Amino acid sequence: MAEDFEPKIVGFLCNWCSYAGADLCGVSRYQYPTNIRVVRVMCSTRISPHMVLRILREGADGVILGGCHIGDCHYISGNYYTERRFEMMEKMIELAGLEPERIRLEWVSASEGERFSKVVSDFVSQIKKLGPSPVRNKPEVAKKLEGAENASKSFRMKALVSKEYNLLTKENVYEEMLDPERLRNLIEQAANDEYERSLILTLTQDKSLSVKDLSKIIDVPTDRVLEHIVALRQKNLIAMEHPDGFTPTYHAIIIGGE
Amino acid sequence: MENDKSNEELRVGVFVCHCGTNIGGFVDVPSVAEYAKTLPGVVFAMDNLYTCAEDGLAAIKNAIKEHKLNRVVVASCTPRTHAPLFQATVEEAGLNKYLFTFVNIREHCSWVHMKEKEKATEKARDLVRMGVARVKLLSPQEEPRIPVEKSALVIGGGVAGMTAAHSLAKMGFPVHLVEKEKELGGFVRNLNNLYVTTKDATETIMPLIEKVKSHPNIKVYLNSKVSNVHGFIGNFDVKIKPNDKDEEVEHKVGSIIVATGAIEYTKEALYGYNVYKNVVTLTEFEIMCKNKTLPKVKNVAFIQCAGSRGQDVSYCSRICCNVAIKNAINIVDNYDNLLGIAEQTGKAVEEVPVEPKAPTEVLERRRRRSSRGRGREDEEVAEEVKRGPGERIEVTIFNRDIMSYGIAHELYFNKAREKRVRFVRYKPDRRPEVIMDGDKLMIKYFHETLAVEREMPVDLVILSTPLIAQPDAEDISRLLKVPCGQDGFFLEAHVKLRPVDFATDGVFVCGTARGPADITESIEQAEAAASRAATPLAAGYVQAEAIMAHVDQEICSGCGTCIDVCPYGAITKNEEGLAEVVAAACKGCGCCGASCPENAISMTNYTDEQLMAEALAALKEAI
Repeated sequence: MAEDFEPKIVGFLCNWCSYAGADLCGVSRYQYPTNIRVVRVMCSTRISPHMVLRILREGADGVILGGCHIGDCHYISGNYYTERRFEMMEKMIELAGLEPERIRLEWVSASEGERFSKVVSDFVSQIKKLGPSPVRNKPEVAKKLEGAENASKSFRMKALVSKEYNLLTKENVYEEMLDPERLRNLIEQAANDEYERSLILTLTQDKSLSVKDLSKIIDVPTDRVLEHIVALRQKNLIAMEHPDGFTPTYHAIIIGGE
Repeated sequence: MENDKSNEELRVGVFVCHCGTNIGGFVDVPSVAEYAKTLPGVVFAMDNLYTCAEDGLAAIKNAIKEHKLNRVVVASCTPRTHAPLFQATVEEAGLNKYLFTFVNIREHCSWVHMKEKEKATEKARDLVRMGVARVKLLSPQEEPRIPVEKSALVIGGGVAGMTAAHSLAKMGFPVHLVEKEKELGGFVRNLNNLYVTTKDATETIMPLIEKVKSHPNIKVYLNSKVSNVHGFIGNFDVKIKPNDKDEEVEHKVGSIIVATGAIEYTKEALYGYNVYKNVVTLTEFEIMCKNKTLPKVKNVAFIQCAGSRGQDVSYCSRICCNVAIKNAINIVDNYDNLLGIAEQTGKAVEEVPVEPKAPTEVLERRRRRSSRGRGREDEEVAEEVKRGPGERIEVTIFNRDIMSYGIAHELYFNKAREKRVRFVRYKPDRRPEVIMDGDKLMIKYFHETLAVEREMPVDLVILSTPLIAQPDAEDISRLLKVPCGQDGFFLEAHVKLRPVDFATDGVFVCGTARGPADITESIEQAEAAASRAATPLAAGYVQAEAIMAHVDQEICSGCGTCIDVCPYGAITKNEEGLAEVVAAACKGCGCCGASCPENAISMTNYTDEQLMAEALAALKEAI
């Protein structure tokens, strides 16, 4: 890896703990590499997965989220949701073929100034080891990230990830607790489905593609692609063509588009 | 008034601060200001030695007027301390304070990159670019002013609750005081006397109970519970339900105080508790003293930290050292008065008052004592003579260390030692054991100083078990949306700086509901909570920060996800079944915004667009 690689890292820090921890780090003059650019948010729970995926798609080498320690959230329970969302981000990044180590979630309290410098230094060296984001020279990774971004913005994923914490910790209306394993599998399956479907739509936006083409790019079996196409056609999101009169190809219907 | 400039052409002004050499010494500040001038939308940029000084603030105000600025960026220290100052400054110049952005190039840049000026300067440029990208998307906001219902609800009719209720009532605010038991008084009703006095506990609090009952501003609901709470600071709708009836009473209140107290911890077989007769807890012992049902005994042992400090609960219950010392002295001085048989035989011994001695007296006594060796006190000898040497009751306090914190209490501890109460230390890995040898109750312990195992016969073992959270604290926590900590006690907003506030505005906590405390401390907290609770009531309105959720009702499908995730209950469904934000209750955390499956919720002053513009500006030159 090139020694002079200086990663671009975006950090989202919550106002009450991790941003204050970064402030204390400065006051105490603990030094760390210059690679991080911090955006202040009120709570780490503010960050949607699609925002992080977008930043990675635009070429960031890493993204770090900082929140209050579990149990200490200024907004009572925000970071529990952050934890669930972060898991989803990792999952989506992995599906898109990027290293999940490019994102990190850290709890830093307002009194952990020195720890903040260590966290940043450690993350910077981790990203340096991973090297520059492949987005910069591989357009297909950007496409896949776009698919992941759209998937994480979908109603199904947002509803599932947002409800996950409450479903795991509170009884439902029938006073039953959900089996965590079952819920996990359900979310995992939904994430795969939504990612693949979003990617099909992303890929077929510019040009029509056949099931075989899609199967190759997304790296899933053709019957699975076909299943998705059927589902998407039912929702009227994709249209079929026969350009050569033989093999059907598909293109995304752009809602409200030209 | 402030002008709405959102439709005007963007005119951004950037002010980069040297902060003396704090920033200027490690970042090329003039070059950052020069760079800012090249950014689209920026019409003015300058560097100041101290932006927060009088001339720096004047420069901002002048530039706003002279260059018709409608957006301001200050690049200097942390917004956590200086944002209000600069916001006030731009407001003075006629600009809405929400059209201002703070860029932190000190704590987050110059102070943490002190040895790489070039890279630090590059980072400062990036940070300024991010701030400019953000400020251009900001829009002016009005902070909502919400009227307040001038009354309060106090939950719990113990000493803390009664004190808080009475305090608020005296200030002129109507108070609804809810107690789940049939009587006011709470935990204190169990107690015999309150250290450092010898006065009867119930007698001590009786005047307070009478004042509360008779105050025209206080409505007491006995044998009742709070069954429902909705709303937010200044505007809570509460329902109170009697335990034996179904009909609920509804009230509107502006503040709520939680004073639900604590209970004493007990555990089957803890040092033989509930297994052997004559193993009791501190409170059970107090009840026996109060009812004069103590058995005739000769050897009494207290075991401190029974179940606390890592044994079953993690914390120190704080009050039990002092309570045990009080009771040890009571036993030594006043045993016959506490005996069950005393009343029957009509034999009562003159009460020996126990009063803390002034430090000088103690010092004087110590001096006297050391001058004549380890001799006994005259007073003590006299007492023994009075009782007869055979009737002296031996009291032993097994302890890990005595925490008789406070001014009077240390003297009290010394008093106990002077009265020959034995203090025997144990280590948590070698706790004393309560055993039964035939029909004789024994304590087996390791004597640390002599380093030997010992056994002693005892007639009564008193366990100093900790105060623990009320079993229904969780219910109240859910009802009010306020947190309980790991140990089940209510958790205040800030461990040091906000001891009686909850993070939820308008809800306060005092007394043992937030952790073990003695009566003095409970009263102090109660007065504090009453004063905090009165603040919005006295003002008559609350001003909310304009950082809040906004639901686009054209997009909302009414799925209710936001209602589930909101920690403040700040989102409700309107008549059309769509989500609506209650401005006064919303804190602007953004959880609902990130959760909304329809992407219908945006956060004022922290919209997706604003955050993304800021983040993406870090990656490349802005457009």
